Amino acid sequence: MSRISSGGVKATPRSILIWAAVAVVGAVAWGVLALSRGERISAIWLVAAAVGSYAIAYRFYSRFIARRVLGVDDRRATPAERLDNGVDFHPTDRRVLLGHHFAAIAGAGPLVGPVLAAQMGYLPGTIWIIAGVILAGAVQDMVTLFFSMRRDGKSLGQMVREEMGPVGGAAALLAVFSIMIILLGVLALVVVNALAASPWGTFSIAMTIPIALFMGFYLRVLRPGRVMETTVIGVALLLLAIAGGGWIEGSPLADAFTLSPRTLVICLVVYGFFASVLPVWLLLAPRDYLSTFMKVGTIGLLAVGVLVAAPHLRNEAVTSFALDGDGPVFAGSLFPFVFITIACGALSGFHALIASGTTPKMIQKESQVRLIGYGAMLMESFVAVMALIAASVLEPGLYYAMNAPAGLLGTTAESAAAAVGELGFVITPDDLRAAAAAVQEQTVIARTGGAPTLAVGISEILSGIFGGSGFKAFWYHFAIMFEALFILTTVDAGTRVGRFMLQDTLGNIWKPIGRVSWKPGLWGTSALVVFAWGYFLYTGVSDPLGGINQLFPLFGIANQLLAAIALTLCTTILIKSGRLRWAWVTGIPLAWDAAVTLTASWQKVFDDDPKIGFFAQRDRYADALAAGKVLAPAKNLDQMHTVVVNSTVDGVLAAMFAALVLLVIGNAVVVCLRAVRSREPLPTAEAPYVESAIVVPSGLFASAAERREPAYAGAVPASAPAGRDGSGSGSAGTAEGPRAGDLDGGEAETGRAGTGTAEAP
Amino acid sequence: MTPRSLLRFVRWYVREITGASEYERYLDRHRAHPHMPLLSRREYERLRTDRRNAAPGARCC
Repeated sequence: MSRISSGGVKATPRSILIWAAVAVVGAVAWGVLALSRGERISAIWLVAAAVGSYAIAYRFYSRFIARRVLGVDDRRATPAERLDNGVDFHPTDRRVLLGHHFAAIAGAGPLVGPVLAAQMGYLPGTIWIIAGVILAGAVQDMVTLFFSMRRDGKSLGQMVREEMGPVGGAAALLAVFSIMIILLGVLALVVVNALAASPWGTFSIAMTIPIALFMGFYLRVLRPGRVMETTVIGVALLLLAIAGGGWIEGSPLADAFTLSPRTLVICLVVYGFFASVLPVWLLLAPRDYLSTFMKVGTIGLLAVGVLVAAPHLRNEAVTSFALDGDGPVFAGSLFPFVFITIACGALSGFHALIASGTTPKMIQKESQVRLIGYGAMLMESFVAVMALIAASVLEPGLYYAMNAPAGLLGTTAESAAAAVGELGFVITPDDLRAAAAAVQEQTVIARTGGAPTLAVGISEILSGIFGGSGFKAFWYHFAIMFEALFILTTVDAGTRVGRFMLQDTLGNIWKPIGRVSWKPGLWGTSALVVFAWGYFLYTGVSDPLGGINQLFPLFGIANQLLAAIALTLCTTILIKSGRLRWAWVTGIPLAWDAAVTLTASWQKVFDDDPKIGFFAQRDRYADALAAGKVLAPAKNLDQMHTVVVNSTVDGVLAAMFAALVLLVIGNAVVVCLRAVRSREPLPTAEAPYVESAIVVPSGLFASAAERREPAYAGAVPASAPAGRDGSGSGSAGTAEGPRAGDLDGGEAETGRAGTGTAEAP
Repeated sequence: MTPRSLLRFVRWYVREITGASEYERYLDRHRAHPHMPLLSRREYERLRTDRRNAAPGARCC
């Protein structure tokens, strides 16, 4: 049987011309970004630099990694084909899987990080997002996905244990769990900061709960499986809820929805607990549909907005905070903190958990790791670039009035304007009041966390195209809603995942806890997980120094250290399998990531500057406390205590994360040395070779060579009544899926019946 | 690519990605194992959703 190669395309004059043009566009855009100083430049240049670089990297670098480094082999059956059970293992169309994978990796992270990093100017963030994704983030995702796929979809923790040993495995597991807790705490903090004292936002978000319950009931009882129909109803109700929030805002009910941060923390913790113990059909599943739909829709809308409105950037290219490290949003200088603050969008360790979870069990062809691993991450990176643009179109004065901690800004427009003036930017109290009025919020001062800033930026861009300035408030709350919605989905799912990990681990000590159906165990472990992230959430809102200011670096460090574990694993497997000469592909990003995160951890633990080092901060406040003094921004001795406790906990955590990662890296060095000394490649846990019978295109579109393949051409029988499905995804489409010749091979999968796939019994 | 084929593609894609076509795939699979009891759409969708109780699927930041 002939088979489609993974794209052995010869360079034609036409393709050379096209790629040269792409390279020129990208290079010109980078040139404009690099050379323009002091004048306002259009956001289009950022987009052009990003897209041009992505295209080149995808076409050349990801292909090099796939063919030379990984050695993808389309004759080798993937676990989806070998173990197809129609449940978790089933071959899924590459475009469908790309959608699922993108929805799983992209969330609030790429939207929040770049907004905070805009403190350093737009240039450092842009360079890191684009260079980071091409050389590190997308590489990590793709290589992890590939290695997990070669190991029947094993998880990151399992792979570390099998390839490095029990010590590394245990350290990785502990790291994953604690990172998850920090992640959930920080994300929940973003929601709290966005909803505090905002009756409009609080009402709309509260309404998502009855909407999700209704959708769950509808899907379960009234119309089982009609997801599209249900989602359309849900989205309509959601838009109604956003519009209704505007009405609530002006009604006597407004007081009932004006909640303090502390009340919101309690609400979120209670919600998180119930959401994680209720059956998924009731809350989680419908919420997931809603948030995925909103996510894709809003990101698409924002892309259109940026391209059509082509706003000018008001932010500076590089601010003085980047060099001096005394920025109000987060402390520390450009290296390493820009690389910590922007994790998702450039390099996110959390993706390794998804790339080693469900996705590898659904891939049809090995060569598709390029599209799904590398491609999806490039898409996420583009989302991060747009978030950076949205934050950079704001007047810097407004940006700092929204993002500096409340302790610095005070509570009135006058005090905030004065504080912003101290920082070296200009905004009048009237401007601040006008900005709040435009989006119908009581105040925009110290609305930290990134979400409100992003929402103001989005409303600025979108109201320029749709609806005019009268629609600013709607777009603002639309943006808040969509961010809060998918953060809450992450919190639901994350609490559950954390609970399973805890049940699994504690089950080794005491059996009943491990049983998924034993209710007391389920409630107890859920409560533990919720209280763990709830603790960080609470310290985040009660910390006088500003929760985001304190916790976001910790979250970034945690996420990047997880990336270090994933990259260590990838490098170790490359070396173990005799590919030492290609080990730089993951080794260089690992070295960079380790340098960045360990420097950041070091500074966070040992730096003498109390603004940066957690323990220096602790000492400063503890000494003052011992002397009975109160240091600003703390207002009383209680707040002094809070600062001392928080900085101790944060410092210990930062040190623990770094220690865990050093442990994993140390373990890997031992294994790699053994591998290098050994004459033969060391055994790895790779699953044995089985011949594949699936024929499908490798990239997003079928290439000309793929189309010429007899198997592809013969794959037309739309009638294929047998319907025995080798590839899963296409089969249902046989009757109504796209037919041959419709759209770049959308049909090809439908007819693989012609290739005589044998189904596993 | 005609507008019609594009429309057909979009419909196929949306059905695939939302899982609306899962039941049809199950019916296809079932034909290969006819001795197994056939689940109704309601039963099948319940089973499919309830599987996520055990594997909720992590969402990233």
